[in-house]
Amino acid sequence: MNKEKSIVGNIFHKNGRALGSMGYFILLMLVFLIGAPEAWMRPSLHQSVFVMLPTLIFLVIPLVFLVASGEIDLSFASTYAVAAYVFAIMVKSGIDPAIAILAGILTGAIIGALVGALIVVFRLSSLVASLGMLFLLRGVILLLTESRSITIMEIDNHWTYSALVGNFYGFPMQIFWASLFVIYCYYLFSKHVFGIHIHHVGDNSVSAEQMGINVKAVKIKAFMFVGIGAAIGGIFTTLITYTFFPTQGFGYLLLALAAVFVGGTPYWGGLGTIIGAIFGVGIIAYMEIGIIAIGWSGTWRQFFNGLIILLALLGHRLHGERVR
Amino acid sequence: MEKIIELKNVTKRFGGITALNKASLYVEQGEVVGLIGDNGAGKSTLIKTLVGVYGPDEGEIIIRGNKVLNWTALKARESGIETVFQDRALCPQQSIVWNIFMGKELTYPFGFVREKEQISEANRLIREIGFTSKLIDAESPVGNLSGGERQGVAIARAIYNNAELIILDEPTNALSLNETQKVFEFVNNVKKSNRSVLFIGHNIYHVYDISDRFVILDRGEVVHQLNKEEVKTPEELMKIMRDTIKKH
Repeated sequence: MNKEKSIVGNIFHKNGRALGSMGYFILLMLVFLIGAPEAWMRPSLHQSVFVMLPTLIFLVIPLVFLVASGEIDLSFASTYAVAAYVFAIMVKSGIDPAIAILAGILTGAIIGALVGALIVVFRLSSLVASLGMLFLLRGVILLLTESRSITIMEIDNHWTYSALVGNFYGFPMQIFWASLFVIYCYYLFSKHVFGIHIHHVGDNSVSAEQMGINVKAVKIKAFMFVGIGAAIGGIFTTLITYTFFPTQGFGYLLLALAAVFVGGTPYWGGLGTIIGAIFGVGIIAYMEIGIIAIGWSGTWRQFFNGLIILLALLGHRLHGERVR
Repeated sequence: MEKIIELKNVTKRFGGITALNKASLYVEQGEVVGLIGDNGAGKSTLIKTLVGVYGPDEGEIIIRGNKVLNWTALKARESGIETVFQDRALCPQQSIVWNIFMGKELTYPFGFVREKEQISEANRLIREIGFTSKLIDAESPVGNLSGGERQGVAIARAIYNNAELIILDEPTNALSLNETQKVFEFVNNVKKSNRSVLFIGHNIYHVYDISDRFVILDRGEVVHQLNKEEVKTPEELMKIMRDTIKKH
């Protein structure tokens, strides 16, 4: 009996936050289903969410790694645009889109490494330093593009377009890639040395260092991962809309962070949940569209976003405070 | 019995201050040595010299009969000397198994961990050192454990790291009576496995209960060494310690 209790306890300890997020997601869906059954049964409503969902997933999952390592990054919303700009400008110059995609992702990794090195080496506050980088990078983009967008209609005939964001019997390919990304990240976070070291570093960096873990390297890698995720998100959005906008990504800044915390990853480091983050993304994405679907004015959107974040955080409090 | 480590006339100076003065100490296979002394006696410097954090300015370090030059932390770990730090260096939000394998995970190619092997090895280790509760297994979070049990996890990790000599730096500090007993059980099990322990403590009663031999340190010098058979009670040990320090 005790053993059974212990097993149940361990399962809850491991998955409690993800289960909590799933609960909030189901509750939200029920509210919308009851509030607007007809609109909710329409496939087009869900299709529009699924177009937005993958981009948010590419942003949010790497952020779970970073927050679990005890850091935060706001600059990802601008890295998103810088990488997309590199991709768009290369395609526009006639370079093969596949190479342009790789260049865009590499740009994200380099920016992530720079932000990480700045924070880790100079021991700056990640919140403030990444806020600075957020504005700096956005400023660079606005200066380079003179606030003009870049259209890349020529991508339409290229294999990369159909492979990455095309339709496969009505199924958006970006959902397939985002799902693969989630599965890979789930294993990376909980079964790979990198993910395990992220947990140790976020939990007790002094202990991690004493046990031979290179804390600085782990943190810089986590920032790089956020940069890569932001770059992939930016490139996907540019592909879907055939257009690079100099302001792109800025709107995701708070939504992505909200998805991380609503998803059950606590702010203090050492813990995180990939599955929970998926439900967090679902909550944020459906909230955007659900308010309109149940016939409320769009002006309620921010109010409900705030409300759901606060309620979710209060709910996650039930899973306990930080253990020391 | 074979001496695992021996320090012979080791001196360590910091600027004009002599923190260790011709200190000599040895630990034999399978014994528990209690190191006692007041604050500032040089215990901390002695431990750091033992584990290679400090190289001695003078004197010799002998590992299993062989003199070692350029003593470093890496050489100490390779020689099987592990320290359980006062704060136990644990990550309380993670499981026991993740803490035991911290920084030394068993992996497949490409860095994915051998989860089943790690769990089974961690379960074996914690049972070996004396965890008996069915409520605790390798996947239990360390944060749910008591202070004594956390000490046990740190000891299990030292054993996994092939420790032949485990240095416990005030392991019973701030622990209740029951928890202290648990730590003693863990230490006795380490001893049964023919490993050695250097037990550093302020509480003479704790040091007396668990040790086979006592080393008294005062102002950087080893002023007295005696076997348990020579001391009948902890009070007598305390008296010997006081008298020795007074004379010194």
